[in-house]
Formats: sequence, C-alpha cells, structure tokens
Amino acid sequence: MSDQTRAEQARQKWQQGDLLAAYRADYASVEEQRDALGDRAGELRRAAFARFEEQGFPGRRDEEWRHTNIGVVRSTAYQGHQQPTTLTRDQIEPFLYRGCHNLVVVNGRVAPELSDSLASAGGARVSSLAYLDASLRPLVEERIATAAKFDNHPFVALNTALFRDGLVIDLPKEAVVEMPLHVLNLSAHASPDPQASYPRLLINAEAQSQATIIETYASLDDEPTLTCPVTEAFCAEGAVVRHYKVQKESLSAAHMATLHVEIQRDAQFSSQSISHGGGLVRNDSRAALRGSGSDATLNGLYVVAGDQIVDNHMYVEHEAPNATSHELFKGILSERAQSVFNGRIYVHRSAQKTDAKQTNRNLLLSDRAVANSNPQLEIFADDVRCTHGSTTGHLEEDALFYLRSRGIDADAATSLLTYAFASEFVELVEVEALRDDLQEFLFSRLPGGEIVRQAV
Amino acid sequence: MLEIKDLQVKVNDTEILKGLSLSVKAGEVHAIMGPNGSGKSTLAQVLAGREDYEVTGGSVSFLDDDLLELSAEERAQAGVFLAFQYPVEIPGVSNTYFLKAALNSVLKARGEKQLDAIDFLKLVRERVKVVDLDESLMKRPVNHGFSGGEKKRNEIFHMSVLEPKLAILDETDSGLDIDALRTVAGGVNSLRNEGRAFVLITHYQRLLDYIVPDVVHVMVDGKIVRTGGKELALELEEKGYGFLEGAA
Ligand SMILES: Nc1ncnc2c1ncn2[C@@H]1O[C@H](COP(=O)(O)OP(=O)(O)OP(=O)(O)O)[C@@H](O)[C@H]1O
Ligand SMILES: [Mg+2]
Repeated sequence: MSDQTRAEQARQKWQQGDLLAAYRADYASVEEQRDALGDRAGELRRAAFARFEEQGFPGRRDEEWRHTNIGVVRSTAYQGHQQPTTLTRDQIEPFLYRGCHNLVVVNGRVAPELSDSLASAGGARVSSLAYLDASLRPLVEERIATAAKFDNHPFVALNTALFRDGLVIDLPKEAVVEMPLHVLNLSAHASPDPQASYPRLLINAEAQSQATIIETYASLDDEPTLTCPVTEAFCAEGAVVRHYKVQKESLSAAHMATLHVEIQRDAQFSSQSISHGGGLVRNDSRAALRGSGSDATLNGLYVVAGDQIVDNHMYVEHEAPNATSHELFKGILSERAQSVFNGRIYVHRSAQKTDAKQTNRNLLLSDRAVANSNPQLEIFADDVRCTHGSTTGHLEEDALFYLRSRGIDADAATSLLTYAFASEFVELVEVEALRDDLQEFLFSRLPGGEIVRQAV
Repeated sequence: MLEIKDLQVKVNDTEILKGLSLSVKAGEVHAIMGPNGSGKSTLAQVLAGREDYEVTGGSVSFLDDDLLELSAEERAQAGVFLAFQYPVEIPGVSNTYFLKAALNSVLKARGEKQLDAIDFLKLVRERVKVVDLDESLMKRPVNHGFSGGEKKRNEIFHMSVLEPKLAILDETDSGLDIDALRTVAGGVNSLRNEGRAFVLITHYQRLLDYIVPDVVHVMVDGKIVRTGGKELALELEEKGYGFLEGAA
C-alpha cells in the first residue's frame, strides 16, 4: 500500500467517524465527570474538542509534520475512558527515583496511594487537578491552557479536551525546594485494547523560587498506547526551574508531548530531555523568553534503534532584550531509526542583545538510520548573537583506530566512543538517581557494555 | 623481529609508499628521518593496522606473524605499539580507565592474568613517575584538553604500561621543550632491552643525542634512500635532505 492510499483511507475513516467516534465517546464521558476545574474548563474543553474534530490529525503534507510519520496514531482507535487500574507499590518500585519526592500518575490519573505525600512536598504546593485543592483553584483557573494553546496543535487540543486529571505544582515565592519532585507517568493496561492517556502538568514558579522537577514516562506492559501529555510552566521573576523529562515507554507507545514555558525577568528554565523509549515520539517544546535577563536552556539526548522515530520540535521565542537561550540536542541512531530535530528561534524586533545558541549532533551507527536536522532562525532585531550548528555522521575513524591500536577490540571501541558522545549530556544530569538510570540504560544498549561500565 | 619487504601503499588512490624495505631486530633502535610528506606517518599507521590505507604490494612479518593479516587490536595484543604523531582526544573516556581496558585486553589476549584495580593503580603510579606526567591527567578524559607536550608524554606513559615488543614513535619529540624531551627519552631508554625494538620517526638530531640509535634511515618519497649509523643523522642536520636528492 502506498503512503498516499494509506493517507486517503485514513481520511475517509476520519470522515466516516470510525476513529473520531472513539474520541467522541471519550469526550462525552469526560463531560459527564464532575469537572473540578470550574466553568472555564467546560468551555475550554468544548472549544478544544471542536477544534480537534475539525482538524483531525496532521498528515505528511503538514509542514510541521513532514518528516514524521504518525500513521500509527491515525489508524488506531485508542480508548480513553478505560477502567482505573490498581497497582501495588512493588510494581512501580523499579521506576521510582531514590532521593526524590515521587508523585505517581497512572494512565493520566494521579494515584495518591502510590505517591509520596501530595500535601507536604518539601515546600512545593502540589495537588491533583481532578481533586483540586481549593487554595490552588484560582491559580489553575488563571493559568491553565494559557501557555499551551490548542488552536494550532491537534494534540494539545486533544489533551485539553480529554485530560481527566493531572498535577499542579506551585512553588511559593522564594521557596527553595531541595528534593527533586519526580512525576512518574505510567501506562498500564487493564485489557489489551489500545488505550490513550492525557497527562497534564501545570508548574507555577513564583518569584525567586527554585525547584527540580522530573517527568518520567514509562509502560508496565507492551500493549498499544497513545500518551499525549501537556506540560505548562510559568517562571516568575528570578525563579529557577530545572526540568527533566525521561521518555522510556514501550515500543508500542506513541508519545505526542507538548511543553510550553513562559520565562519572566531574570528567571531560568532548564530542561534535559532524554528519549529512548516509545515507537513514535514527538516532543513539541516551546519557550517564550518574556523578561529581560531570562534564560532558557533546552537540552536533549535521544537514543533510538529498530524502527523508532523521535522528533524534537523546538521553538524558542525571544520577546525581551538581554535574554539567552541554549539548545544542545544529541542523537544516537542505530538500525533503521529516524530522528527529526527542528530548531526554530524567533527573535522579536525588541529583543536586542539576544544571545541564542543551538546545536544538534547526530551519531549514526548504521547506514540505514536517518537524522533530519533543520534550524529555523527568524531574527528581527539587529543587535543579536545567534549561532546554530548541526552535524550528522558516523564515528570518527581516527578515534576508533586510536583505541584499537591500543588493543581494545572493535566492538568495545565503538561502544566506548558512543558512550563518550553521550557523556557530554550525561554530565548535565544533576539528579544522581536519574544519571545512574541513564548510564545503566546506555551500558545495556552498547555491545561490550561491561567494558564501557569499567571505563567511565 | 620486523621484516618489511617492498611495501607499497595507496591512500585515496595516491601511491604513498613505493616499495619500502626495512629490517629491525629485537633489541635495536632505528631512527627514520625524512622530509615532510615523505610517508613516515603513513608507514607507522600501516604498521599499526590502519584500515583505510590500501596495501597494494609487499609484505610485513612481525615475529612469527604476517602482520598485514592482523586487525589493529590483534597487532597491539601481539606487541606492536604506535605513539601517534597527533594523539586523538577522546572526551568522555577517562585516561586511567581507558588504559586499564587496553592493558587488560592485551593481557587477556596473551593469556596472562588481568590486573585488578589495586594492582593496576600500583603499576600506574610507578610508571607515571617515569614520564613525569601530572597525576591529575590520569583522571581526565584521554588527551582531552592536554597540552601538546602532555599528549606526547601520555603516549610514552601508555607505552610504558603496555610494555610492547615493538614501539613505533611518530615524532614524539616534536613540540617538546628540552626538559620534556629529556624525560621522554629517559622513559624510552628505561624500556630498552634486548627483547624490545624501537622505531623512532623524527626530524631532529637532538632526540638522537638522548636516545642513541643503532641504525638511521632516510626516507624520501615513499622509500628508504639511505641507511647508516648515527653519524648519518648529524650529516643530515648539517647538509639538509638536498644532498640526497640524487639518491632518490
Ligand atoms: N588520508 C589521506 N588522504 C590523502 N592523502 C594523504 C592522507 N594521508 C596522508 N596523505 C598524503 O601522504 C603523504 C605522506 O604523508 P605522511 O603523513 O605519511 O608524511 P610524513 O612523512 O609523516 O610527513 P610529516 O613529516 O609532515 O609528518 C602526504 O603527501 C600526505 O598529504
Ligand atoms: Mg608524519
């Protein structure tokens, strides 16, 4: 079957309402549920779902989706309104990070019985969205869906219409939260049917507050899943938010994620995104530098093999003068894996003295792997420094030869150099449990990993 | 120990080595001198097993092996060592651990007992002194951010730990100040014995004041054009390569 007939069939299916019916049923059941978010949420959901019905899923002809085949999402009827799954602490134990405050979300619903205390999270105020703490209601009503707009994004529309729960994390003014907060998003199937979940996270960092927040996505089984999370983060004056995202779902998962951040004067938002799970992964990340002296650091590492597809679509918007942004994305691709890095930087006319740097480096370990890299600089201020660089290639022959000439065999040399390529990113991970987890993954993935483990 | 006969090598379709012969016995030190671009490094890399250099003719035997049949790692395991003219920087891999992995691969291939962490550290401590290498460089990634001189010392340090049978030093003296040159030469001299051979590639007679060679070769345009004793190096220093033009 050609791509075109497949697209045609998918469109017909859409029009006939096959797939849409599944989402409509889900939407109907969400509407029934008592909506904790108040009146505004009902309106939001209606508008978002209408938008989704109208747009459907993007196709290959969509510029923003040109290199990323989301065929699996267009052809699978995922169920959103599944039975709640009950899990034991033992089942989730391997996914928790020591030294962190673990908050567990199962299929998009907060699981307080599996989580560390929501009420006392080391100085942060945390609440489920479905059972929203009354003191956080005004904040949620004011902020939610204001950064992540659904008008132009089908998956944001889908999440906004269909999320049933989620977390709000509020960092009060000048609060310094020492222990990292770990939001563990698990997908668990009660039946083998394809299922969808819509995790929602709202981070509000008030002036001068500081915290580390980790989002992990993992699967407890191999059944087909659509995970469609939306995270919004607001960093007020002088706030420092260190964000991590780890994508390690099963290969049967499609993961279509959105992160939208607004950064005010002298505030810093940094994000390290690690992606090695999921069959199809898309991260749409957008940072708006709203205040002078603000900084956005958005880094990523993707390690993919088999037929995995990973797409990082970055959009950094410099709206204020004297702001800085740094992006470093590194990819390791083997077998037939594909990656997309799209790095858009938009510098407004008023954003003088912008300093923006973007780097994407891809290491291809096979001849069939494909890495697309596409910088997109739109600069309307004249006094700025914007640099971008992109490289895609195989391991350096010189370095391989150097290692082998000292007696290290070819496999081990390849693994050592591959690890070395990733290590620049590994060193950026400041949360120890997370860094250990990433290293273990890398050792397990590399042939002759034992030698690498000893050598680093 | 090393017998090179009529070796011909192409790089990217250009003939670089054009019938080179060289015979090195155990215990000997040979120096190879020659103008830039004459093919000295090419020879060194071919001997160490670089695959993108195409051997189009000739033979190389090392001890009992056909050297050209072995992979780069097998050559190292058999006792060949090349100190690179341009040591490669490897960010992300610590110098100590890299060397430990290398030594243990070599020991394993030779059927000898691998060293545990404690014995390895003892060995490293002892050898690092010989080349006067700052111990902090042991923890850093291999050659990463090392100065030119530190890189060269690090090569000699690797050599002293791996204890090869044949060591080829490609311009290890270039870029060294006089003290470093003495230290490096001292390191080489301390490893000299009747079972081990050295091939020193150099542009400078001054290295040969410290490491006195048994034989000096002059290489021009992919061939050895003159072989003599250590006085040949002095003659070259004085007259330049010009006086050999006719010989090529
Ligand atoms: N990868 C390569 N591709 C093309 N030509 C090469 C390559 N490597 C070496 N050469 C060429 O082969 C020739 C010999 O180079 P080689 O490095 O062996 O010289 P050398 O004698 O070591 O010189 P120097 O004294 O400057 O170190 C030179 O003309 C060089 O340009
Ligand atoms: Mg050379």
